Amino acid sequence: MAEKDYRLSPRVDQVGIQDRVDRITKRSVKSEAKRKGLLMTLNMIDLTTLEGADTDFKVKQMCYKAQHLHDSFPDLPTTAAVCVYPNFVKTAINEVKGSKVKVASVATAFPSGHSSSEIKLLDTKIAVDNGAHEVDMVISRGKFHSGEYNFVFDEIAAIKEACGNARLKVILETGELGTFDKVRRASDIAMDAGADFIKTSTGKISPAATLPVTLVMLEAIKDYYYETGKMIGMKPAGGISNSKLALQYLLMVKETLGGKWLSNEWFRFGASSLANDVLMQIMKQESGNYQSKDYFSKD
Amino acid sequence: MKNKIDYNSDWNLDPAPESIGHIKLKSKYDLFIGGKWVKPKAGKYFATINPATEQQIADIAEAEQEDVDAAVKAAKKAYDTVWSKLSGKERGKYIYRIARLIQEKAREFSVIESLDSGKVIRESRDIDIPLAAAHFFYYAGWADKLEYAFPNRQPKSLGVAAQITPWNFPMLMIAWKIAPALAAGNTVVLKPAETTSLTALKLAEVIQEAGLPDGVVNIVTGYGKTGAMMVDHKDVAKVAFTGSTGVGKIIMKAIAGTNKKSTMELGGKAANIIFEDAPLDQAVEGIINGIYFNQGHVCCAGSRLFVQESVYEVVLRKLKDRMESLYVGNPMDKNTDIGAINSKKQLDVINEYIKIGKTEGAEIYQTKCTLPKKGYWCKPTLFTNVAQSNRIAQEEIFGPVLAIQTFRTIDEVITKANNTPYGLSAGVWTDKGSKIFNLTSQLKAGVVWANTYNKFDPTSPFGGYKESGHGREGGLHGLEPYLKFD
Repeated sequence: MAEKDYRLSPRVDQVGIQDRVDRITKRSVKSEAKRKGLLMTLNMIDLTTLEGADTDFKVKQMCYKAQHLHDSFPDLPTTAAVCVYPNFVKTAINEVKGSKVKVASVATAFPSGHSSSEIKLLDTKIAVDNGAHEVDMVISRGKFHSGEYNFVFDEIAAIKEACGNARLKVILETGELGTFDKVRRASDIAMDAGADFIKTSTGKISPAATLPVTLVMLEAIKDYYYETGKMIGMKPAGGISNSKLALQYLLMVKETLGGKWLSNEWFRFGASSLANDVLMQIMKQESGNYQSKDYFSKD
Repeated sequence: MKNKIDYNSDWNLDPAPESIGHIKLKSKYDLFIGGKWVKPKAGKYFATINPATEQQIADIAEAEQEDVDAAVKAAKKAYDTVWSKLSGKERGKYIYRIARLIQEKAREFSVIESLDSGKVIRESRDIDIPLAAAHFFYYAGWADKLEYAFPNRQPKSLGVAAQITPWNFPMLMIAWKIAPALAAGNTVVLKPAETTSLTALKLAEVIQEAGLPDGVVNIVTGYGKTGAMMVDHKDVAKVAFTGSTGVGKIIMKAIAGTNKKSTMELGGKAANIIFEDAPLDQAVEGIINGIYFNQGHVCCAGSRLFVQESVYEVVLRKLKDRMESLYVGNPMDKNTDIGAINSKKQLDVINEYIKIGKTEGAEIYQTKCTLPKKGYWCKPTLFTNVAQSNRIAQEEIFGPVLAIQTFRTIDEVITKANNTPYGLSAGVWTDKGSKIFNLTSQLKAGVVWANTYNKFDPTSPFGGYKESGHGREGGLHGLEPYLKFD
């Protein structure tokens, strides 16, 4: 049971958030900082496929890519994880065996979250039993909008329990929450209920991740850290497809939460096409020229 | 304090200096009188230096009495023979032309501004210069609409305006002064502050390029005594001054008993008030922006912070953490947040106040940033344990120094906020609309910002109560001090 009245969560001023974001997007990331930032970005990606048309073959290809981002360039990191539906967890686990790549599974009737608690728990258990290292759950947005915060809280807590040792990422689906005040409220509920990560979006609706909404969530994480000393991870997902934007996210993390959060243990990008743009930028820094998009594998 | 945010990281930004190769500067600047560059009669020049490096940039002419006389004479002649006879529509065309030329040369202007004043390139590029151009655009639009601006009052121009501008926003303050003066039909003799003359002189070049009739704008450089000569000149109809309250009082005494109209935009010691229901993270940004914007060289800086006691600890903690993430250093680097103090003289003033604060028993906190060896620098500073009776809470420091007090009730904070000889600006942070309206009607300040701070726009009037001055600049109100009515 939640003890707090989440209607009293701190308020967020939209204009102020946008002002702060504007300051960060005007920063200039050059030379060595850019190279390091790009490599860090690759290593923070949850390479994702969440389509109705997913097959074992598709998942296998993606898992290979996660471990071999661009073999003609030596010493590139792997991505942080691959992210799939629960029924592909086994396949993915097999494919990433022996590498540092983790397997994340969405669960709890992703993406809508509309199902019974039993099914959501079972969904989670199957993912975990099949070996998922991480579970990306969705909150019940309908219940959240109805003000049933205890329900949302209890559901997250129950899923967290079902996760066992798997790390739990809680997707707020910020594009459906309407205001930054609500995003802040949902972040507070998720963290109190046991989230290891809070995540913006399923990627299934627009807007998905944005810099302003991510800043609101990072500030919630900061307050939680102030109060409890516990670090919570952050994962913006959806809509982050170019290097410049990725570097702006990293700067925002650095300037809000400090250097400790700059690793894939505490920060992830949920993205499918970001990796290739980052690779292209890295190769450009190396060779001085942009290469054809077809020099980078599209899996 | 536990669970502190630690900004140390092995991922750090590399230098991103703005290129300065494209700017055109002369090594020596004469006076701009009657549309021409004229050598000062006494032949005296002084150096203008880059406060971030202490290197000399150029020699600037020092105007003496004869030069000031020549400038006022040129302005009077231009007023009598050309400018007062021109239609508003034609005046507007010239002002638009100046605005466009400033926009075209915006990059050059911002680089010169940052070199000469120590302010960071991000601010001169994104705030000072675009706003200066916007002021010219805005007032250009009024030039042929004065009778609509003041219906049934038959507005008429005054004559020669003597304008004296400060060193904190050199180009922007010049725009605030020149644009409405020209739109209203006056001619101008302007003196920029002695430490930051360069953008004014660059503007003189723009004025030449715009083909403004000779003598409509004259720019004389020099120290305070040159300004005094302008103020005292018998052919001056209007004095507009932005600067310290001390000098403002001297000017007011000097023009007492004359017909000269005046606008005074003077000092401030603004209260920035944080209520417990405020969006605290954004309020912290507002505190930072309020006091550390332009190194605190801002007359409307939020230099007195009032935090409601119930959120004092958390606000202070957030504020200190945020201060540590500020980049302090080279103003020409695009990532720098806090630049150099404008002059040695001002740095001495700030350091003196920091000493006073410590002696008064206030507790000091400064960020751990490392400062460059050369140049004039001051770490972002705050004082806690401050009393209303402390000098650091009463007097304008004009630097990056914040004095923090707490309060319990609305009435208490209104009393304390108004308990100052100044009344230029204030900030209110709360989630409650009714509280904002309550405070805006009770705070004795020319500008009250709600849930934001230091926002400027040419359409919005700016000016003070009490010892912060009189008259308004900006907006429709900014035209009135340059007009007389039958």
